[in-house]
Amino acid sequence: MKILVCISSVPDTTSKINFTDNDTKFDTNGVQFVINPHDEYSLTRAMWFKEKQGASLTVVSVGNQSVETTLRKALAIGADDAIRINAEATDGYFVAQQLAAVVKNGNYDLVIAGRESIDYNGGMVPGMLATLLNYNFVNAVTGIEITENKAVVTREIDGGKEVLETELPLVVGSQKGIVREEELRIPNMRGIMMARKKPLNVAEPISAEAATEAQNFEKPAVKSACKMVDNVDELIDLLHNEAKVI
Amino acid sequence: MSILVFAESSEGKFKKVALEVTSYGKKLAEQLDTNLVVVSAFAENTDPLAKHGAERILMGNSDALKTSDVAIWADFIVAAANQENAEVVIIDSSSNGAYVAPLVAAKLQAGFTSNVVALPLSTSPFVVKRNAFSTKAFSKTEIKTSKKVIGLAKNSFGLFESPVQSNVEDFSPDLGVGKIKRTSVDKATDEVSIADAEIIVAGGRGLKSGDNWGMIEDLAEVLGAAKACSKPVSDLGWRPHTEHVGQTGKQAATNLYIAIGISGAIQHLAGVNSSKVKVVINTDEEAPFFKAAEYGIVGDAFEIVPKLVEKLKEFKAENG
Repeated sequence: MKILVCISSVPDTTSKINFTDNDTKFDTNGVQFVINPHDEYSLTRAMWFKEKQGASLTVVSVGNQSVETTLRKALAIGADDAIRINAEATDGYFVAQQLAAVVKNGNYDLVIAGRESIDYNGGMVPGMLATLLNYNFVNAVTGIEITENKAVVTREIDGGKEVLETELPLVVGSQKGIVREEELRIPNMRGIMMARKKPLNVAEPISAEAATEAQNFEKPAVKSACKMVDNVDELIDLLHNEAKVI
Repeated sequence: MSILVFAESSEGKFKKVALEVTSYGKKLAEQLDTNLVVVSAFAENTDPLAKHGAERILMGNSDALKTSDVAIWADFIVAAANQENAEVVIIDSSSNGAYVAPLVAAKLQAGFTSNVVALPLSTSPFVVKRNAFSTKAFSKTEIKTSKKVIGLAKNSFGLFESPVQSNVEDFSPDLGVGKIKRTSVDKATDEVSIADAEIIVAGGRGLKSGDNWGMIEDLAEVLGAAKACSKPVSDLGWRPHTEHVGQTGKQAATNLYIAIGISGAIQHLAGVNSSKVKVVINTDEEAPFFKAAEYGIVGDAFEIVPKLVEKLKEFKAENG
């Protein structure tokens, strides 16, 4: 089985969010970039298939040279090789088209992408990718088992979960839950040394148009101070008469 | 040309999100001086849609839609969009809506923006305001394609009534056979889900043990609320992962969010910023959550919450 894990390089979850150039660009100053959390869960699950079922494991990211640090981390965790598509990830449709070209080239059986990136939160790449490839697709995946050509996939739904059966080739939009928290791996020194020797191939993008463009950003208005309340009677009164939510 | 809204039904009925996208579609149709068409399936009573402005309703009833393959549902919506020459397709952000919308966009070769919170800021160019950076910022995004798909953020636009006489048409396009089968489903049917809740009661590590969740359950029950928790609580196995609200968990976009014993780590706040009124109960007056909240009580949850439950019962008895 050939697995491709799609990696988005995103600001660390605790980053301060600021914008520059008249609020048109995200301010990367002082920001540490990491593997998108949902993608890290995906990668960890993919490692299980590599180690237990002999799958090959490639990671891919769309971005400029700066995303190579994140891809090297994925290699240090255990991916066999990495592909960087040399283009700015401006729009989800653009990214999906680039990834589709990589999947077609490499003939991957299983593509795992995080259900959304924690920066732009588009949540569209896995579904668009599956559609462009005409692969089966399951989103919000919290569990996956593969036996030969058959996949058993657990998906989170509103208020619970469902178990689905389908076949490879398959794209899944995965999320937290696909592995347990303690299964996440911190790259060790040996992994980091080996990652330096693993192939990180740079591919030029295919010709594709972005369908959307972020023009500018704004931060939510500064909220007024929290009203401190002394007792529950006062709280109930405020929630009923002031906030009108009960 | 038209505006197409996909109104999801659940067991034959419409949830609030279906009425919210219909309200949005009606206003957008007015803004663009065009007609609203609503596409749905398996719904018996369409009056709630008519009340929110749905003049034409395309209703699917075919067996082909009794599938768990989202691609078939995408084909169904795309068929409606093509038949009606829809310029904009509007889909909600429930787990099903967020599932199908990107597929619809890719099939229509349409630009897609999720988490949209308001009517377009302008229609030429077509610019929408959406949540980004886990609700820590808004992005004004232009959709550049002639066809557009909008994913509407939950509880962001609200409901607007504009009653009309609606015309329901049977809609049965040719659809393929799904390649994904559901083998089991595990869904708490007697509880309010985080997705549908108007009120959420959430507990954090401050509650010290999963055994102490009784008072959270009591509070949720008296308020008709859904239960939620912080990430450490689900990681520790005190509560199921499905209750985790935060950056990597569920988004809580409710009218009232009551956080008990949750300090308010940035990752948790990323999941609750879309909620309108936040109440924090915490022993630590320095807890960062107070800065993000509307109302706060500093004190011991084990004393305050049972009192709150008792007083709310009295309040409910008086106010119905």
